[in-house]
Amino acid sequence: MTALLPRRGLAQILALIVILAVDRLVSPQFFDLRLQDGRLFGSLIDVLNRGTPVALLSLGMVLVIATRGIDLSVGAVMAICGAIAASLADSHGLPIVLAAALGAGLVCGLWNGFLVAVLGMQPIVATLILMVAGRGIAQLITEGRIVTFSSPDLVWLGNGSVLGLPVPVVIALGMLLLTGAVVRGSALGLLIEATGGNARASELAGVGTRAMILSVYVWCGVCAALAGVIAAADIMGADANNSGLWLELDAILAVVIGGTSLFGGRFSLVLAVLGALIIQTMNTGILLSGYPPEFNLLVKAVVVLAVLLLQSPKFSGLAGIAARLRRTKA
Amino acid sequence: MKGLPPVLITAIVLVAGFALCAMQFPNIASTRVVGNLLTDNAFLGIVATGMTFVIISGGIDLSVGSVIGFTTVFVALAIERWGVPPLVAFVAILALSAAFGAAMGAVIHVFDLPPFIVTLAGMFLARGASFLLSTESVPITAPIYSTVSDFALRMPGGGRLTAIAIIMLVIVIGGALLLHLTRFGANVYALGGSRTTASLMGVAVGKMTIKIYMLSSLLAGIAGIVFSFYTSAGYSLSAVGVELDSIAAVVIGGTLLTGGQGSVIGTFLGVLIQGLIQTYINFDGTLSSWWTKIATGVLLFAFIALQQGLVALARRPVAKRVGAAS
Repeated sequence: MTALLPRRGLAQILALIVILAVDRLVSPQFFDLRLQDGRLFGSLIDVLNRGTPVALLSLGMVLVIATRGIDLSVGAVMAICGAIAASLADSHGLPIVLAAALGAGLVCGLWNGFLVAVLGMQPIVATLILMVAGRGIAQLITEGRIVTFSSPDLVWLGNGSVLGLPVPVVIALGMLLLTGAVVRGSALGLLIEATGGNARASELAGVGTRAMILSVYVWCGVCAALAGVIAAADIMGADANNSGLWLELDAILAVVIGGTSLFGGRFSLVLAVLGALIIQTMNTGILLSGYPPEFNLLVKAVVVLAVLLLQSPKFSGLAGIAARLRRTKA
Repeated sequence: MKGLPPVLITAIVLVAGFALCAMQFPNIASTRVVGNLLTDNAFLGIVATGMTFVIISGGIDLSVGSVIGFTTVFVALAIERWGVPPLVAFVAILALSAAFGAAMGAVIHVFDLPPFIVTLAGMFLARGASFLLSTESVPITAPIYSTVSDFALRMPGGGRLTAIAIIMLVIVIGGALLLHLTRFGANVYALGGSRTTASLMGVAVGKMTIKIYMLSSLLAGIAGIVFSFYTSAGYSLSAVGVELDSIAAVVIGGTLLTGGQGSVIGTFLGVLIQGLIQTYINFDGTLSSWWTKIATGVLLFAFIALQQGLVALARRPVAKRVGAAS
């Protein structure tokens, strides 16, 4: 049995299956898929589609957390990049719009990385600055309005489909493969884990920890930019106040559910994305069940606590002691 | 401490900023504006006082904004719908929020978890609970509310020192005394310096952690009651993002986010600086409110960079002296 199932990620996969089963109970049509105008429709596709922004954010966030950092600014970066994309969309072509938005995300990431890696600030504090100021900057770009656009190219990015799947899902999948190939296809992932495990020891062992930290924040910024563009394309407009609001917390939650420790070290890209899907499946389930969406926050709080307790070394220590006691009794 | 202590720099920034604003708009330099500044930021001042204790002890509390929101809804419903006398409702909510903080502190200590993520869960929990109570804004019409809102001490020049401003000032002063003059305060600094050292010196780390988060949540509860006086209503979406404002005030006030250093007075000055920026933007009229966020961000950066510089400076002379001796 253990040979068939992956040792890591078993809990996450089981959790997803349980939540899916609960969703099926509250909504009998949950697994129904139908093909219409060359695109798949159904609750499952909805879960994938709605989960895309958090999945993209968690791809960047998991690398940052692996270096023992955290990026609180991703929601604000989403707002900035969405605002840039929306305000350029009707006057420029898609390549320029994308380049400008992703470039802005890159600059935001560089700023965060510079503060953490070069100035040596605590990650929570360093990224708090952009979290507070970023939304102001986004509103500066949109001049306080909700900028709408009608460029079909950009709208396609949020609402189109490729091979029956919504474009955002394809983009997220592509980013997962790309990140995975770069990080796990080379020694990069190992070096990131080394940096998170013990930055000083890694530095002494010849790992360029500063470059590692800088590059994970840049990647996190780019992922957030992409999420921001997709969120803007989805609603055909940029709302600087609400785009990506509190999504940094969801992204961190996704990474934590994915089993990556907030203390740095080992990480898993796939499990982080799986964490994002678990969160979204929960959200969709609560919506379908007819409970008020406000219920979401309570359920999330309980899930965070449960996952934290399971991960806590003290808790597993207690479980170990209990097991040993039982063995001695028997 | 070499050079200027961070609190002094905060004070200089506040005075200079106030002088600049007063030069442009002479009306700012009146007791009326100052009175309003204190009233408008009363709840922030109270919450930031609690946050100072948490941050000096090396932790962080993200749940305070949600606790304020929950408190306003709970108080409004208790008084208006359940017919509870206001004072009983206040005592009940303060006990509830203190217990909530104690629970978070206990989880942080017993399971050795990062405060950031535990209080994040607390934030979801308190906000979700307030949504469950009511998603609508509940107006409060109890007579005590109009009595408290009408009460104010006249200051020379026509300014009004309102009841909630007085509550805030009392809490700030009380907080400063507690932090700087008591054993509890000394233990808070010790925890922030190093948990291991503090524990070896005989500080009951677990009890302290629980008490510190209890204090923070209790003050958030008081801030929630003050907020309900300020708006005469309870609303589950009130005070969203206040945790960020209060962290910013603490940092601008010169408290080290790594813990071990800081002061309540600095935090109070940080709250006033944020209030001053808001007042300036109101007076100007052409600037939009989002400039507040950008200005706060810039100030945050300036103060953190300054701290980083001070820490680097503090290390350098030691290295030189060692070099000279050898």
